[in-house]
Amino acid sequence: MTASPITKAAQHTPDGIAKKIRGLSDRSIAWIFVAPTIFLLLAVNIFPLIWTIRLSFTNYRVNRPNKEVEWVGLRNYERILNDPDIWHTMQATAHFLFWTILIQVLIGFALAYLINNKFKGNDLWTTIIVFPMMLSPAVVGNFWTFLYQPQIGLFNYVVTFFTGGDPADFSMIGDVYLAPWAIIIADTWMWTPFVMLICLAGLRSIPDSIYEAAECDRASKWRQFWTITIPMALPFLMLAVLFRGIENFKMFDLVVQLTGGGPGNTTTLTSIDLKREAFEKWRTGYSSAYAVILFVTVFGLASIYVKALNKVKER
Amino acid sequence: MKTKMMTTVAAGAILASGLSTAAQAEDLTLCWAAWDPANALIELSKDFEEQSGHNMSFEFVPWTSFADRMLNELNSGGQLCDLMIGDSQWIGGGAENGHYVKLNDFFDANGISMDDFIPATVTGYSEWPKNTPNYYALPAFGDVVGWTYRKDWFDRPELKAEFKETYGRDLGVPASLGELKDIAEFFQGRDIDGTTVYGAAIYTERGSEGITMGVTNALYNYGFLYENPDQPYDLDGFVNSAGAVEGLEFYKELYDVGAPPGSSNWYMGENIDAYRSGQVAMQMNFAFIWPGVEADENVGSGKSGYFPNPAGPTGQFAQLGGQGISVVSYSEKQDAALEYIQWFAQPEVQAKWWELGGYSALKAVVEDPSFATSQPYAQTFLDSMAIVKDFWAEPAYADLLIPMQERIHNYVVAGDGTAQDALDGLVRDWVEVFEDEGKL
Repeated sequence: MTASPITKAAQHTPDGIAKKIRGLSDRSIAWIFVAPTIFLLLAVNIFPLIWTIRLSFTNYRVNRPNKEVEWVGLRNYERILNDPDIWHTMQATAHFLFWTILIQVLIGFALAYLINNKFKGNDLWTTIIVFPMMLSPAVVGNFWTFLYQPQIGLFNYVVTFFTGGDPADFSMIGDVYLAPWAIIIADTWMWTPFVMLICLAGLRSIPDSIYEAAECDRASKWRQFWTITIPMALPFLMLAVLFRGIENFKMFDLVVQLTGGGPGNTTTLTSIDLKREAFEKWRTGYSSAYAVILFVTVFGLASIYVKALNKVKER
Repeated sequence: MKTKMMTTVAAGAILASGLSTAAQAEDLTLCWAAWDPANALIELSKDFEEQSGHNMSFEFVPWTSFADRMLNELNSGGQLCDLMIGDSQWIGGGAENGHYVKLNDFFDANGISMDDFIPATVTGYSEWPKNTPNYYALPAFGDVVGWTYRKDWFDRPELKAEFKETYGRDLGVPASLGELKDIAEFFQGRDIDGTTVYGAAIYTERGSEGITMGVTNALYNYGFLYENPDQPYDLDGFVNSAGAVEGLEFYKELYDVGAPPGSSNWYMGENIDAYRSGQVAMQMNFAFIWPGVEADENVGSGKSGYFPNPAGPTGQFAQLGGQGISVVSYSEKQDAALEYIQWFAQPEVQAKWWELGGYSALKAVVEDPSFATSQPYAQTFLDSMAIVKDFWAEPAYADLLIPMQERIHNYVVAGDGTAQDALDGLVRDWVEVFEDEGKL
């Protein structure tokens, strides 16, 4: 009879170690298995967070290693919260978040609702619709930069085909009023399929029997939609909002490729601004405080939202 | 007999060089920006490889991330680059932070004299502190902002007549920045051969150094000064003088009335593309692009002309570009790197450098009687190099550049505030940087 690998390993374990292991409780063995993961989490997540909080109370600049680091208390926080440019950046981020989430949820849900109905070519259309989210954000940014070119871009031609006028009359990424919408459109094009997939999962999770019962009760399609479809798909919709909210709060690559945060500061989102402070201006202490403020904001909002989501799921 | 002797000598030379090569052959890495001249340098360096036995590798980084990438490399004491063709503004940091090897003794020992190079390039690329004989680089690539224009459009009789009727003067190379704006406005939105064209592609880019390299061509000529000439780091009243404000307003007006729609974040590459594709009548750009323009099938072969940055109310200056070549102090192959510099400084190598499309800064090359007529843009290059001014070359140059990019871009492109606000804000930002540096 051939010994199993585990038996072989046990046979080759030195007696000293084997005795020690045999003396360990299940809880201890569990800790031994979990310890490397905890150590890694502490090293790559918790320690940097604590270190960032510490740096946020100093005037440290990483590009001036020889300069004396001073403890500045809450000065960095005061300066950030009283800086009108940062508030402008927050507003730009809120504008971007609100409109991208709203539009993506509306279109994503509508698409999911259509795709959920069985028709010929259903799978093919699903694949075609999800194609944009398979692309790299940097590629999408570059791609839309060309589409938005006033002289050669397809976008302006399509718009002026319907509205009349010269395509070069307006510039989506060069105009302070249009640029915020330019990034919303590009993000919506890329990420609506993601929302659609989540909504589709929600719609497909609703048992047909509920609709059949509603049919028996002679409920109209409109009534079925508002009393069955929406309430039962709501947790999925909320999940989509959460994912897109977190993703777009840290939006960087697509916008940098598309507008570089411009014109002026019009499309400078908080993540872009934070990167500039930390790695262009090298104001490490200041940018640490900035990062802590953003972390607390996102963490707080996400926690409230998750509680609300759990309540909806429990209904 | 003669043949036999020559063969023996040649064999001896080959053997000797082979032995020396075997003993000292190094793999040298040269770091520079990824652009056309870099390709010319690869071609040129093949001669060095052949002669020295060293192997040359190249690390070229696109302009938009060149400073970030290379300054990080230098600040971290990295050994990637043995030779660095760094931007002119890095020379202060390169010298004071010990990134570059001081070359005075090497130059003296090898008969390399800075008197043999165009003075502006020596000051701009090699010296730190400025105007002192402390050299940290050999001028490698002379460059300056100038203008390219569609000569074929300017020569059209119907356009000439219309321009004359509108502005009361001939359509031609502008004598002043005001005239340049008129021409840009004249071409803006004009239909030429069924295509809508625009006035001038100018620098507006915000992310790296673009708009600063552009706006200074207006600011200098309207009276902007970086500091009080009699008191270093005294900025107020010089950076934000009435003339400087007027210069900034001029640049915004040029952007508003003469730049293509959507050109809100354009730098070298975008300007080249707009010009080559026939979108603009003029483009602001560094001289390095001129060989490419001449070779282009759409706009080359006599269709384009070149002129230096026109004068303003208080003078005629142009933004200096270009770079010097330095030996990185963290390199373990400094001897071989110095060998490269010694080879590169030779007049015949510099002459070939110009032939390949590199802008030599060696007087023997540019003052040669045949130089001015050697290329259609050669005279413009010489005229432009005579009027150059450069941005701060302080060790804190990056900290000085970022607020200028922000303030100028936000005013010119986004229309935030006034020109006076932008320059007053810039003074505050720069004062803060110099205070941090302990210079104020």
